[in-house]
Amino acid sequence: MGQIIEFTDSGLYCPAGQFYIDPWKPVDKAVITHAHSDHARPGNGSYLCHYASTPILQLRLGDNAYQSIGWNEPIQFNGIKLSLHPAGHIIGSSQVRIEQDGEVWVVSGDYKVENDSISGAFEPVPCHTFITESTFGLPIYNWKPQADIYTDIRNWIHSNQLAGKTSVLIAYSLGKAQRVLQAIAHLTGKVFVHGAIWNTHQVLLQAGWQLPEVIRVTPELPKEAFKGQVVIAPPSADGTPWMRRFAPYSVGVCSGWMQVRGHQRRRNADAGFALSDHADWKGLLQAVKATGATKVYATHGFQAVFSRYLTEQGIEAAEVKTEYGTEEEEAITEPEKTDE
Amino acid sequence: MSNTTDHTIHMPGLGGMQQFAQLVQDLGMHTKTNDKLEALVHYFTHANDKDKVWVIALFSGRRPRRTINSTQLQTWCAEVVGLPLWLLEESYHTVGDLSETIALLIPEQNNPAVNGQPLHYYVEQFLQLEKADEATKKDFILHSWQELTSKERFVFNKLLSSTFRVGVSQSMMVNALARILQLESSVIAHRISGNWDPSTTSFDALVSGEGGSVDHSKPYPFYLAYAIEEEVAALGDPADWQAEWKWDGIRGQIIKRNGQLFVWSRGEDLITEKFPEFAALLDKLPEGVVIDGEILPVKDEQVLNFNVLQTRIGRKNVTKKHLQEAPAGLYAYDLLELDGQDIRHLSLTERRAALEILIQGLQLPFVQLSPIVTFDDWQQLTTLRESARDLNSEGLMLKRKSSAYLVGRKRGDWWKWKIDPLTIDAVMVYAQKGTGRRSNLYTDYTFAVKDGDKLVTFTKAYSGLTDKEFAQVDNFVKRNSIEKFGPVRTVKPELVFEIAFEGIAASNRHKSGVALRFPRMSRWRTDKKADEINTLDDLKKMLALYGK
Ligand SMILES: [Zn+2]
Ligand SMILES: [Zn+2]
Repeated sequence: MGQIIEFTDSGLYCPAGQFYIDPWKPVDKAVITHAHSDHARPGNGSYLCHYASTPILQLRLGDNAYQSIGWNEPIQFNGIKLSLHPAGHIIGSSQVRIEQDGEVWVVSGDYKVENDSISGAFEPVPCHTFITESTFGLPIYNWKPQADIYTDIRNWIHSNQLAGKTSVLIAYSLGKAQRVLQAIAHLTGKVFVHGAIWNTHQVLLQAGWQLPEVIRVTPELPKEAFKGQVVIAPPSADGTPWMRRFAPYSVGVCSGWMQVRGHQRRRNADAGFALSDHADWKGLLQAVKATGATKVYATHGFQAVFSRYLTEQGIEAAEVKTEYGTEEEEAITEPEKTDE
Repeated sequence: MSNTTDHTIHMPGLGGMQQFAQLVQDLGMHTKTNDKLEALVHYFTHANDKDKVWVIALFSGRRPRRTINSTQLQTWCAEVVGLPLWLLEESYHTVGDLSETIALLIPEQNNPAVNGQPLHYYVEQFLQLEKADEATKKDFILHSWQELTSKERFVFNKLLSSTFRVGVSQSMMVNALARILQLESSVIAHRISGNWDPSTTSFDALVSGEGGSVDHSKPYPFYLAYAIEEEVAALGDPADWQAEWKWDGIRGQIIKRNGQLFVWSRGEDLITEKFPEFAALLDKLPEGVVIDGEILPVKDEQVLNFNVLQTRIGRKNVTKKHLQEAPAGLYAYDLLELDGQDIRHLSLTERRAALEILIQGLQLPFVQLSPIVTFDDWQQLTTLRESARDLNSEGLMLKRKSSAYLVGRKRGDWWKWKIDPLTIDAVMVYAQKGTGRRSNLYTDYTFAVKDGDKLVTFTKAYSGLTDKEFAQVDNFVKRNSIEKFGPVRTVKPELVFEIAFEGIAASNRHKSGVALRFPRMSRWRTDKKADEINTLDDLKKMLALYGK
């Protein structure tokens, strides 16, 4: 019997169901794990995703043929059974489970095992074959518990306030920004956000999410308004003239890559917080083991290292080349239209 | 980035090692001098005295000797974390630094000690470990790894492997101390120079200059020049300036005090033993003298290519053969102490006059005055400068005749005016990831020139491109790798760069037969194709012209 999922030039393909998962070339039928731009690309004939992803896809890709389902609500067609399961990565992020003639494959999409209380708790899904991401598939990537990282961020904000500086936190506009916002909202009266984050924020509010209040940074706001305050901005805004209005300020980058000093320095950040929406080394291993899979494919990042390690641990594993980004979701940050 | 002088996270009440780890992190993160200075001031204000002494020692190159090699560290780390060695190596290639890799791999304790041992405790343990057997060393290290936090583990490993490099100049540290102690930085600089033992010197004794016995070997901090940034004519009246050739050797101080001779390098290493030929100075020099000069390979009163001397510097013992083939001489620039008196405050003209009398009185052929280049106007000097390379000189030094001998790198009175570098166009053939802040980018390249239809590698270069250009080249490397040898990638020979360098010498260690001095990428020649690069013959012609 052939594979339930094949690895093609356009992406992961399910021949029986005639659909692709997170294709990077336009296809007829696409199943989308989550709304980050390296996984959800424009130009597909139809999109199937979790209903929490739909409004964001709508914002990013415009009108399309969207079909939404919930987690653990299987649909059957062409002799296969397809269902989505929480991946814990960002709002709406899902693993895709496909069952055909009793054999089960799961495509993880991006995931993290720590519950961030926004994205839904990662669910280990038993399967025969597991296609896992491995963005941080090296043992140097061991995340601190998020509560500790939030404490670090809050301490940093306090010391900036003492020094009379604005704290500019760099976070991806979908996922990280909402997490950071939850963690710091009570610290200051107001949190300012960049337009790209504002746009996402509005969509999520409309979709019924409860999020702390934010103020959009606009050209009309006087410079003094930001003094000692917190601003959340996407990576694309870092180092641009848009930042000048916050002076004096300090920049803190929130990303798993900040685990390594060299990376932190290359970003020219004043502070780095290794806060990630991806699983760390232990998280990846834990997830793989929990599926009970006898065959694992690793994509997305350190796939060669991770699959070699799994093989040595007695789990049959291979690497698969995909075109998902290794820079954590950099591409989500569309340019600000109204500012600058 | 941020716009004020104050800076990052300083939590109150941090214990010794934690404070030091925080300092190292701050110094690594800040790009602005002022921010680094603030971090140092903060540290020296809050740290305990014994730790401060060690930080002064570490940051002025007085590192504890390495007692454990990196293979041992790697093996023990792999053992502790239960990972295969290859995975440790993969991790190392991504991080670019073994100390940091280990710091990240060892799992974090759930309840790290709030106030752990201070810095001096660890450094002093290292000193004791020098003589210990391997099992004792291992036991101490594994134990320390467990009790330290990741940040602390990083500096611990750095100290252990003696690979400490912080982005801080000695003068910056001196300035921080000067600010706290409200003393002139020149006073501090002098007090912390020379021979002193951090394990027996107290902070007060060190900075008050009352540190027990008198240290006769103590050199003065060197006065260093910046490269001139504008037209020389802007310096004003040529009559106010003294021009000398800029020599490319080892800047050093020759000290005679208390009937002893000391030779110091600019890196504050005592190198007296390396130059037995200078022993003759002990009898000839009067008591209480400090000369600033350049140690150069000199034969028959001709300065040779610095490469000649370099071959013997690295050796433990200087042999007779070395003394014959690469004889060292001294070109004297300045006189800092005479009759035991510090004369740095006198004008250059006065100091030079005293220096000339002193040197002429010596009658030693290997000690020469660095000749003054006489000139009437700037135009004439510009022409003279062109001949520098023929003399194995790097260009000119311009010194204001009225200038005092200052401390550290200062603008205004002394300038270096180097000749333009030599350049050659070459194609990139190998790439390797950088270290430290470039650990995730391919930034270390090997270049080749043409030899018929073959390519011959001749140099590596790591610097000279902007961050943006590095990112572009990195992208090219990732898409155009032909082969992978460990961390090295063979890339399609397509990208052409202009390589600038300061000198060229024959070398049988290199396939091309030449070795370059200070090679760097001066320009990305996007206008050139790989078949338009220079040839091995071009390099050989340069060697014939400038390689003597
Ligand atoms: Zn994602
Ligand atoms: Zn992704």
